[in-house]
Amino acid sequence: MRLVVDLNRCQGYAQCAFLAPDVFTMHGDEALMYDPLADDAQRENVRKAADACPVKAITLDYEDLGAADGKAGASRVG
Amino acid sequence: MSVDGYLETFRREGRIVVVGASLAGLRAAEALRAEGFQGTLTMVGDEPHDPYDRPPLSKQVLLGKVPADHTLLARRRPIDAQWRLGAAATGLDLAARRVQLADGDAIDYDRLLITTGVRARPWPHELEADLDGVCVLRTRDDAVRLHHRLTAGPRRVLVIGAGFTGSEIASACRERGLPVTVAERGPAPLVGALGGVVGEVAAELQRAHGVDLRCGVQVTGLEGDSAGRVRKAHFSDGTAVEADVVVIALGATRNTEWLADSGLGAGPRGIACDAGCRAFDVRGIVTDDVFVAGDVARSPHPLFGYQFLSLEHWGNAVAQAETAAHNMVSGSADRRPHLWMPSFWSAQFGVNIKSVGVPPMGEQIMVTQGSLAEQRFTAAYGYQGRVIAAVTFDQAKWLDFYERQIEQAAPFPPEFTTVDRRTEGLQPVPAGFPDPSLPSHGPTITLSGHSPTDRRISFTPRRA
Amino acid sequence: MTSVALLHRITDYANRPDPYPLYAELRRTPVVRDESGPYLVSTYWEIKGLLHDPRISSDLRNLTPEAAKAGGQEHDPNLPPAFIRLDPPEHDRLRRLSMRPFGPPHTPRRVFDMHGELEEIVSGLVDGLRGRDTIDLVDDFSYPFPVTVICRILGVPREDESHFHEWADTIAAGLDPVGTAEEREAQVQGVRRARGELAAYLAGLIEERRRSPRDDMLTAMATEHGPDGQMSPVEIITTAALLLIAGHETTVNLITNGMLTLLRNPDVLQRLRTEPGLAVPLVEELLRFEPPVQMLPQRTTLADIDIDGTIIPKGASLYLMVASGSRDPQRFTDPDRFIPDRPDNQHLGFGHGLHNCFGAPLARLEAQLALTALVRRLNGPSLVEDPPPYRQNAVLRGPRHLPIAISGVTD
Repeated sequence: MRLVVDLNRCQGYAQCAFLAPDVFTMHGDEALMYDPLADDAQRENVRKAADACPVKAITLDYEDLGAADGKAGASRVG
Repeated sequence: MSVDGYLETFRREGRIVVVGASLAGLRAAEALRAEGFQGTLTMVGDEPHDPYDRPPLSKQVLLGKVPADHTLLARRRPIDAQWRLGAAATGLDLAARRVQLADGDAIDYDRLLITTGVRARPWPHELEADLDGVCVLRTRDDAVRLHHRLTAGPRRVLVIGAGFTGSEIASACRERGLPVTVAERGPAPLVGALGGVVGEVAAELQRAHGVDLRCGVQVTGLEGDSAGRVRKAHFSDGTAVEADVVVIALGATRNTEWLADSGLGAGPRGIACDAGCRAFDVRGIVTDDVFVAGDVARSPHPLFGYQFLSLEHWGNAVAQAETAAHNMVSGSADRRPHLWMPSFWSAQFGVNIKSVGVPPMGEQIMVTQGSLAEQRFTAAYGYQGRVIAAVTFDQAKWLDFYERQIEQAAPFPPEFTTVDRRTEGLQPVPAGFPDPSLPSHGPTITLSGHSPTDRRISFTPRRA
Repeated sequence: MTSVALLHRITDYANRPDPYPLYAELRRTPVVRDESGPYLVSTYWEIKGLLHDPRISSDLRNLTPEAAKAGGQEHDPNLPPAFIRLDPPEHDRLRRLSMRPFGPPHTPRRVFDMHGELEEIVSGLVDGLRGRDTIDLVDDFSYPFPVTVICRILGVPREDESHFHEWADTIAAGLDPVGTAEEREAQVQGVRRARGELAAYLAGLIEERRRSPRDDMLTAMATEHGPDGQMSPVEIITTAALLLIAGHETTVNLITNGMLTLLRNPDVLQRLRTEPGLAVPLVEELLRFEPPVQMLPQRTTLADIDIDGTIIPKGASLYLMVASGSRDPQRFTDPDRFIPDRPDNQHLGFGHGLHNCFGAPLARLEAQLALTALVRRLNGPSLVEDPPPYRQNAVLRGPRHLPIAISGVTD
């Protein structure tokens, strides 16, 4: 499954690294590294991570969302 | 026919061509469909791959944690496009509304979006650049090649240029246990993007991780062995280093050559466009059917003196693509300006570096939280008495606050105290940016004056 | 702006079952100075801004003496504050040290790998409900589950629960803003005594772990050295006390509020039965809709701050009304509706910024597993009384008991 993290939004809360440690890892205290093509077996964990992200920085491919519009979250500025 | 009627017809059965099938092109295409564009959509890309994400290439891919082909971008929605991948655009006929492709085909459009981005600036000496082991890192194929080189266990890697890409490559090398030398013309790494004060911290970080960092030097020549493999580099200070992989990280060049005779306001600094992403032609007149987004665009920003900004920022590519797409299918009253707050990140040596605003405009810098020596801090940049930018090292959670300060043109130096203010944060100091007339690698933001047809630029490495 | 005694009404026990209309009233003015002294901030963007504002301190030593006295929030002379009540750099150092044995980057799989163990605990507790026609969800499930979990993680013997339960309750109750000066003084004294006794208890345990190490957080905090060195003995005590209390005083409410909300929304309960994946966004919505932590009453200003036209002076006591912010119609459409798969749910249930909930990943996992198992295994659950009796605490808000009638327990 494909995913992409908006690392401008990411503030290093590390929730994804707790919930899907095989896909997301913290590099130091704040920098996030992840596998943009996660194994399909990780689907449930990745969805948990996306839902838990406090800044909603994780976008899953629409095919994995089961919805046509996986628009990222609202932000105050543009 | 009324203009409104034209727009309706265009939205229903018009032809849009997007030249440049990377992040900005893909997000624009998705936004066009999300905005209700039902006509034909053609995506032209010079690389053979589907749109992929570049930031992982210099990080998890080089580290070997993620294969390069894992970087295909997640899609937000289906775009129902005709793909012309592996076919570079070679020319544009503005009057005929036609894009010429390298394979001889031509594609007609009603509206065009240019998102051709940038490419790695090559080593200027061609014979040396052709030596086996001399690499750049911009594309996915570049990353595969470089990863392969690093996996082969070179005795030493030389990285030429300590901007963000060069520094991240050096970081990956060290993490893989490879000896690495970094040669930087400026006084410190990241100096073009973040100035000398922060550059010193970056230098400390590199040295603490075992990088042989050499600042204030230029590479005067690369030497190969009899088999054509690079083996040695000579520096302007008379020293030399043996290396079997040399990575050229001298920043990027805008992909505008294909527009050279088109009449568009395109040059080495990018394609000038208005805040609505409409391209200027060479006469300084804004076009209404050619739009620009992403790294190749330069557009005026009211928060930063209406100077044209060229931003090599991931977030800018996304935001500008969305604005361009919206404006392409909207009437003039419904169009919106691209007023994105410049923001970027870099992960290197285990530190998360983030920034908002335009640091290179900063005359002064003040460490408002934390400490440079601890490599965990937040610093604000000041320009003419107001906050113009901020940077954090492993303190990203504070950055939102400084973004608001920039938006509000809050006074600099800040008049208030904060948590974690140290003695070093009591007074602003000069930010230490190099002479802006000298192009430096990896500034990520280039201010390019107020003229839409500004084509001046030079980059001539000094030779011994 | 001085105003109405809204805080008094919010903390009034009679309003515990439904404080949300009061929050709506509060939101008409994003910043209100309560007549008892503190400034209440109740709207989403203002709260979020302040949670990321470096001019805001969590260290009550920065309050003016008057504000401290008025709020009953004086510094405990016997024991230093835990990291939740500290600012950087001390906060950051202690939080990094506490995170080392708990989560990424040093121990990324600790919580993840507990999945099976947590399921077993849940399953054992639900098994224990067999043969009953009425249960008290709080005493039978929501309390014992997270207590067992946090005890195992920390390395605190579960048998000692009867000791620390009372201390923990007293300390948690100390967050509550209460009425008269005498009541406040009594509360402060009670909290100090409880902290002292809990500290002495934990000191003994830590000493034991130092002598005979085990695979738990107390051992790790007492014996491991990282880039930040080691916590001092007193820092280990205050941190362990914080994690022990926070680890169950809040999750109990999350689970209980969750079941209460599901029983009030039978269609959602039914959906969760057939769609267990719904638990993930559902718990996020719960954190927005019925958050266990209703307000953050421990912030102060390091400078005069202008919020939406109101100047909050330096050293003022600041209450961030997060439960109100998460129901702000300026941020959330239909904020008073419980929408289990609500998109873009950036709630304030775990705070935000520097002090975001340390145990959030564990609390999420506990609530997801608990609610999924409860709706799957409890047959014909229905509320015996609505609203149920609440705990006194207005800050850590939740039912004291949640009687539920059931017709059986599925395997």
